[in-house]
Amino acid sequence: MDIKKFIELFALQFDETDSSEFKAETEFKKFDEWSSFLALTIIAMVDEEYGVKIKGDDIRNSNTIKDLFNLVESKK
Amino acid sequence: MSKESYNPFSLNGKRILVTGASSGIGRAIAIECSRMGAQVLITARNEVRLAETISMMDGSENAMYTADLTDDSQIEALTEFASNIDGLVNCAGVISHVPFRFNNRNFIDSVMEVNFFAPTTLTQNFIKRKQLNKNASVVFISSISGGMVSAIGIATYSASKGAIAAMSKSLALELAPRGIRVNCISSGMVETAIMKEGMVSYEQLEKDRLNYPLGRYGKPDDIAWTAVYLLSDATAWMTGSNIIIDGGYTCI
Repeated sequence: MDIKKFIELFALQFDETDSSEFKAETEFKKFDEWSSFLALTIIAMVDEEYGVKIKGDDIRNSNTIKDLFNLVESKK
Repeated sequence: MSKESYNPFSLNGKRILVTGASSGIGRAIAIECSRMGAQVLITARNEVRLAETISMMDGSENAMYTADLTDDSQIEALTEFASNIDGLVNCAGVISHVPFRFNNRNFIDSVMEVNFFAPTTLTQNFIKRKQLNKNASVVFISSISGGMVSAIGIATYSASKGAIAAMSKSLALELAPRGIRVNCISSGMVETAIMKEGMVSYEQLEKDRLNYPLGRYGKPDDIAWTAVYLLSDATAWMTGSNIIIDGGYTCI
């Protein structure tokens, strides 16, 4: 898995936050735009792009985009 | 008639088929129908959990049949197994929380298949083969999110539940001449394994529960007792109805 691609796809799900603000170490839940809907969107994106099913609690337990990337990679 | 035996809600002497009976609402309906005196036939895909349901039921005449209702040949086999029924409860269902933009055709098909096409095809089979007894009662499990309200991520689920509720009214008219009744239960959120699949976090569920005026989500038994009511002769004059049972959620 390519983390650059993952960050790109992750950023793509946001409407208000500029894509330049997304880095591996970004704590995504600190964005103003973050919501329970975005959590569902990220879950669906991961399923569609990587064929991996993550849960709401996985999102809750991840702080940075890299945390989530590692999780998805471990489940692939 | 003695007071002890007076019970217009009894299901004594009725033969009832419940789909999706391996867990949740379907299981509760199967158990409660058996306690109310019915001979209950149950079906679902999971044989082990079906057997568990059987073991929790009253009576010795109950039977189970493992079937995948998305397969037409298995629907036909089930119709043969469960001939001459007085009640049919279409309970099997799925829900996934997926934002609309990810509801691709495959996803929509998979939800509609289980929530709409399977109960429709099954009911149709019973009608064609004349296996619904006169004065039988057909029950569909819809949802308050089948058109009244909804939530994010369940567009396709809502569509499937709205479709089944809308369909049941026309079917009620078609079957009325034979005294066969068709009704829907539109329930709010019920505590079942289906909601513990994890797309929505525990915290979100805790918060959502507070939106219910009666202070909690439904229990499978809450819905089961509504189903018993619709299957009993107490509702002999009710058809094409859609009973809302939601802890007061849609009052707000």
